[in-house]
Amino acid sequence: MQKDFRLEWRQRAALNGMLLYVGSTVFVCYLSFSLRGGQLPAPAWNALFWIVLLFSAVNAVAKGFLQESRGRMLYYYTVVRPQAVILAKISYNALLLLGLALVAFFLYALVLGNPVQNVGLFVGNVLLGAVGFASTLTLVSGIAAKATNSSTLMAVLGFPLMVPMLLLLIKVSKNALDGLEFEASQSSLLTLVALNMIVGAVSYLLFPFLWRS
Amino acid sequence: MRNNWWKALAVVLLLYVGIAGLLMPVPRLAILNESIRNLYFHVPMWFGMTFILVASVYYSVRYLRTPTPELDILAHESAKTGILMGVVGLATGSIWARYTWGAWWTNDPKLNGAAIAMLIYGAYLVLRSSFTDEQQRARISAIYNIFAFATAMPLFYILPRLTDSLHPGAGGNPAFAKYDLDSNMRLVFYPAVIGWTLLAFWLAQVASRLSLLKLKVYEKQLA
Repeated sequence: MQKDFRLEWRQRAALNGMLLYVGSTVFVCYLSFSLRGGQLPAPAWNALFWIVLLFSAVNAVAKGFLQESRGRMLYYYTVVRPQAVILAKISYNALLLLGLALVAFFLYALVLGNPVQNVGLFVGNVLLGAVGFASTLTLVSGIAAKATNSSTLMAVLGFPLMVPMLLLLIKVSKNALDGLEFEASQSSLLTLVALNMIVGAVSYLLFPFLWRS
Repeated sequence: MRNNWWKALAVVLLLYVGIAGLLMPVPRLAILNESIRNLYFHVPMWFGMTFILVASVYYSVRYLRTPTPELDILAHESAKTGILMGVVGLATGSIWARYTWGAWWTNDPKLNGAAIAMLIYGAYLVLRSSFTDEQQRARISAIYNIFAFATAMPLFYILPRLTDSLHPGAGGNPAFAKYDLDSNMRLVFYPAVIGWTLLAFWLAQVASRLSLLKLKVYEKQLA
């Protein structure tokens, strides 16, 4: 599995592109808001941040399967078990999204101000979000890669599936913004963990079937 | 007749629900008034939808174990029936909301969750239509169907309970307990749930037979 992970890492050509994508999105947000002047209200800051993350996640993970050539897929198929492939892909995507999210947070706080009062909770929340997005979107991109109009399908399938997670994430990060104590977000965080586990387990179980075709 | 008794039961139960649901006495509650009778039509839709979607997932799992076109058709038609039930549930709920809360749609977690779940299943139909190869379509839509079920069900049954909501059964509001205190309503409500669920299965069965016949006719034309 470790070898598999390294294989993923080796083809990280898209990484710089993604970093630039996140950077320019944040900068566009900054420009369009600076016209009005003044500090963003916290709910708008929060919503905008998660929208930026959502779109960069869909774009980043979509690369995972769509760019694989058929030959390489066959090669993987002969070398490793499908479970190892999905685990490696999910963990690679989770790390990638976490990195992207932290970069985005840094840039975002730099240009739009940082109203987050409980940074630990916020970063933990972003971590859970990265894992959840990665496990949902990895399977979805695997599905979409098989179809003919895959890039549209990626958005159509991915967005509604991510909404339950996104709602919880936005709620918890709003709590972190307002600096509420940990107890206030505990149940949401637990649900988020449970949701991540459900999605991860279902991906793990279903991927071998997807892989065979 | 031996195998079709449940269809007769569905007809009898729904006739009973239609007549008794509209004519039997109901408790007088403020705001709800007579609209409480919608309980016999709106709530069973979601029960029926859940059961038929469970059946759809069951067929999808069986399809992944033994791929046959019959199982794929069954899973597809069950999911379509589930979507139909969901849309009717949304429509009846919307009408109910208009006369009790004063708006066709409110920004409520339960309502939004149901709408998003419908979007998830709408994507299932889009996914199906974007394949040309039948076997691949069947396999991949079975995979998505299972995945969609696992993410859509928390939207109905877990997330709304965590947040405050106008809708009964969320944010600590009682679901049925308040109404079930009236045993007259229970006499109609439980048959309504069974009746609408049976109707959903019947619809799915008829639709599957039609699709299967179409498939056979198509294969004959090819031969």
